[in-house]
Amino acid sequence: MMYHRHDAIIVGAGGAGLRAALEASATAEVAVLSKLYPTRSHTGAAQGGIGAALGNMEEDRWEWHMFDTVKGSDYLADQDTVEILCREAIEAVYELEHMGLPFDRTPDGRLAQRRFGGHTRNFGEGPVQRSCYAADRTGHMILQTLYQQCIKNGVRFFDEFHVLDLLIEDGGCRGVVALELATGDLHIFHAKAVLLATGGFGRLFKITSNAHALTGDCVAIAFRRGVPLEDMEFYQFHPTGIYKMGILISEAARGEGGILRNRDGERFMQRYAPTLLDLAPRDMVSRAIHAEIREGRGIGGKDYVHLDLTHLGRDVVEKKLPEISDFIRTYLGIDPVKELVPVQPTAHYAMGGIPTDVDGRVIIDEQNTPLPGLYAAGECACVSVHGANRLGTNSLVDILVFGRRAGRHIWRFVREADLLPLPFEPEAPIRSEVSRILEGTGRESVADLRRMMQQEMMDKTSVFREKAGLQEVLDHLEELRERSRKIRVQDKGHSFNTALLEALELGYLLDLAEVTVASALARTESRGAHYREDYPKRDDVNWLKHTLAYRTPNGIEFRYKPVVITRFHPEERKY
Amino acid sequence: MRVQFRVKRFNPEHDKQPYWGEYEVEVESTDRVLDGLHSIKWYIDDTLALRCSCAHGICGSDAMLINGRNRLACKVLIKDLKAPIVVESMRGFRVLKDLVVDMEPFFAKYRAVKPYLVNDEPPPLTERLQTPEDRARYDDTTKCILCGACTTSCPSYWANSEYIGPAAIVAAHRFLFDSRDRGAKERLQVLNERSGVWRCRTIFNCTDACPRGISVTKAIAQLKKALLFQTL
Ligand SMILES: Cc1cc2nc3c(=O)[nH]c(=O)nc-3n(C[C@H](O)[C@H](O)[C@H](O)COP(=O)(O)OP(=O)(O)OC[C@H]3O[C@@H](n4cnc5c(N)ncnc54)[C@H](O)[C@@H]3O)c2cc1C
Ligand code: FES
Repeated sequence: MMYHRHDAIIVGAGGAGLRAALEASATAEVAVLSKLYPTRSHTGAAQGGIGAALGNMEEDRWEWHMFDTVKGSDYLADQDTVEILCREAIEAVYELEHMGLPFDRTPDGRLAQRRFGGHTRNFGEGPVQRSCYAADRTGHMILQTLYQQCIKNGVRFFDEFHVLDLLIEDGGCRGVVALELATGDLHIFHAKAVLLATGGFGRLFKITSNAHALTGDCVAIAFRRGVPLEDMEFYQFHPTGIYKMGILISEAARGEGGILRNRDGERFMQRYAPTLLDLAPRDMVSRAIHAEIREGRGIGGKDYVHLDLTHLGRDVVEKKLPEISDFIRTYLGIDPVKELVPVQPTAHYAMGGIPTDVDGRVIIDEQNTPLPGLYAAGECACVSVHGANRLGTNSLVDILVFGRRAGRHIWRFVREADLLPLPFEPEAPIRSEVSRILEGTGRESVADLRRMMQQEMMDKTSVFREKAGLQEVLDHLEELRERSRKIRVQDKGHSFNTALLEALELGYLLDLAEVTVASALARTESRGAHYREDYPKRDDVNWLKHTLAYRTPNGIEFRYKPVVITRFHPEERKY
Repeated sequence: MRVQFRVKRFNPEHDKQPYWGEYEVEVESTDRVLDGLHSIKWYIDDTLALRCSCAHGICGSDAMLINGRNRLACKVLIKDLKAPIVVESMRGFRVLKDLVVDMEPFFAKYRAVKPYLVNDEPPPLTERLQTPEDRARYDDTTKCILCGACTTSCPSYWANSEYIGPAAIVAAHRFLFDSRDRGAKERLQVLNERSGVWRCRTIFNCTDACPRGISVTKAIAQLKKALLFQTL
C-alpha cells in the first residue's frame, strides 16, 4: 500500500481535468490521476468546434448564445449558469489561443467561425457562425494544448492510475483510492480536495461515439458514496454516427452544408424543422431520423439514413472535414465526395451527472448544500448548462469554463481547509471487492453481461421510450446485476489486469444504467432528449424541475429541484 | 467469417520468454483488428493485455506491429489483411505485458523538446493574429497523437535509443514553424545535440508508419535545413 499526500487530487486528464489542474496548480500542490495517458482522453475525439460569441464573421452576442443554449436545453438548463457559460466562453477561447491552440483563421488572421446546430442570431432568426474550430480536430488540439501547458507548468501526473474509491467521511471528502495499472498496487491519495473530471459514460449503449474507457466510474462511485445524480434521464443521441459502428460524423458536416436524406432522397428535415433544417438541435434530428426509419423510409427499409456531402465539393470536404473524410474512407471504404454516407443516431453525451454549483462544488440536495472538499467538472458533472439537450460546441465550452472555475475554487479552498484524517483502513472496501472478483468461481462473463446491458439500453432507453419498455429494462438490469455477482475472470495477475478493471467498470455501468432508466421512468413527460411515447408533450406545470436520484437501502429515491429561470421564459420549441 | 490470429504474448510476472498465442475468432466484415483482439480477450483469454480507448484512430493508444507493420489496431480492417493476422508489441520499447509497452521514455523525449508555445509577450485582449498561410506552415505536425508508431519503426532508434526520435521532432516542428512561438533557440539546441535530428538517416519508415498521414521525414528535413542555414 502506498500513501500520498497532496493539497488536491484531480481525477481525469481530459479537457476539464487539465484546465482545472492548470488553474489550481498555480498556487496549490496538485496531482492529476488518470486511468489513461492524458493525451488518450476522449476530449481528443471532439471534432466540430467550440462555441463563443466572438462575432468574427458576423454580428454575434453572448445573450444570443445564452438564448440558444436555454432553448436548446428545452428550458431545463439553469439560466444563471448558462449566462456564465456564454459570457466566459469568449475569454476561454481567447485563452486557448494565447496558449497556442492552432485555430483555423479568417483571411485577416482572426479566429474563423462556422455554423453549428441550434446556434442562431438575434434570438432564433437564422443560423449564425459561432463555432471556433481547428479543422475537424478541435478537441484534439484542445487536449494537446492543455496537456502541453501542464508540462510547461510542471503539473504532477500519475498516469494509468485507475481511481476505484472516494474517501468520504462525516460529510467531507478526504481523498481517493487508486489502482496502479502497471503493478496492480493500491494507492491512497490523501487530500483536502478532490475534483472528479472523468467524462461521460456512453458505453451504457450498444452504438456510441464514446471511447471504451468511458464507463462513468467516478459518477457511479460518487453515487454509491451517497451523492445524488442529477437529470440522468437526459442522454443525448447524436444524429449522425457511422452506421453500426457509432463513430461520430460531426455536426460540422452539416454546418458546412451536408444534408440528411431518406430512401427517396428527400431532405426530410424540411418537414420537421423548416427554419434550421438539418441544423436543428440534436434531439429533434435524432427523433426525425428514427421517425423516418419507423415509417419505412430508412435506406432500403433498414435502420439508417444518408448523409449527403457530395454537393460540397472536394475542397470543402478535404480541407474543412479531413478527419471525417478519413473515417469514412477507412471504415466504410467509400469516398464522401462521391458517395452518400450511411448514418444512424449514436449515444453521445450525458447531460446528467454529478450535481455541482457554478464553482464546481458537488451539491447533495435541492438546497444546493455543498459536500466540502468534493468537486466535479466536465461531462461527468451537471451544472446544469445543457438541461435536457446539449447544443453542439457547448461541451468544450463547459469543460473549459467550469474546469477553470473549479480549479480556482479549489486553490482558495485548500488554502483555508485542514487536511482531515483518513477513515480507518481506507482501502478495505476496495481490497475486498477486488478479491471477490479475482476469487470468483462463477461462470458469468463480463463481456456477455455488458453486451446484454448495452443492447437493452439501446433498444428501450434511447431516442424513444415508454413505460412498459423501461420497466422491462429495469427488471432485466436487476437480473444482470444478480448474474454479475457470479462473474469469473481468468487473469489473476497484478500487472495490467484489465480484465479485473473491466469487471469493475461493468459494475459502474450497471449502476448508471439503473439510475438512467429509473429516472426516465419517473419523468412522465417529454423534454429534450427524453422522449416518452406515452407522454409525448412537455409538461412545465409538473416537470419543469431537475431530478435528483439517491441511492438508498430501499432502492433509488427521487427528489426534485427547481430550474433557475432568469431571462427566458419557457416557450414551445420550434426551429 | 472466422479468422486466425497469432499474438505475441509475454507477461514478465511469470513468463521467461515471449511465446505465440494462436486464436481463431468470428468477425464481421466491418471489424477492426482491435475488435478481433477484443474477441480474443472477451471470449477466449482475458489475460491478453492491450491498451485502447477511442477505437477510431484518434487517441493513439493501440499502436502495435500488425503483419509486420506499425499500425493502430483500431484503424485497420480485418478484411484488408492476410490471415493469420500476426500481432506484436511495438519494437524498441520495453514490454510490460503482451501488447502493452513502457511509454515513459517516449514521453520523456517529447517533454525534452519543450512541446508548448513559448511566448512571454503579454497577449492582446482578443486573439493574436495569424494568417491562414502562417497557420498552414505547421498544420501537418499538429496532427500527431503520440502513438509511438513512427519512433518504433525507425532503424536509427532501434540502433540507439538515445535518439530523440521522430515523434519528438514532429512536436518540435509544430512549434518551431508557428509564427507565434519564440522558443526556437532552446528547442533547436536540443535538436542539434548528438541524440537529435542528425541521427535521422532519411529512411522514411516513420512516414510510412504514421497513422495520421504526417509527412514526418519532410518535417525532419525542414528542421535539419533550419539548423544548417539558420533559417528560423
Ligand atoms: C466523437 C465526439 C465528438 C465531440 N465533438 C464535440 C464538439 O465538437 N464540441 C463540443 O463542445 N463537444 C464535443 N464532444 C463532447 C466533448 O468532447 C466531451 O463532452 C468532453 O470532451 C468531455 O471532457 P471531459 O474532460 O469531461 O472528459 P474526457 O475528456 O472524457 O476525460 C475523462 C478523463 O477521466 C479519466 N478517467 C475516467 N475514469 C477514471 C478513473 N476511474 N480513474 C482515473 N481516471 C479516470 C480518463 O482517463 C480521462 O483522462 C464530442 C464528443 C465525442 C465523443
Ligand atoms: S484506440 Fe484510440 S487510436 Fe486506436
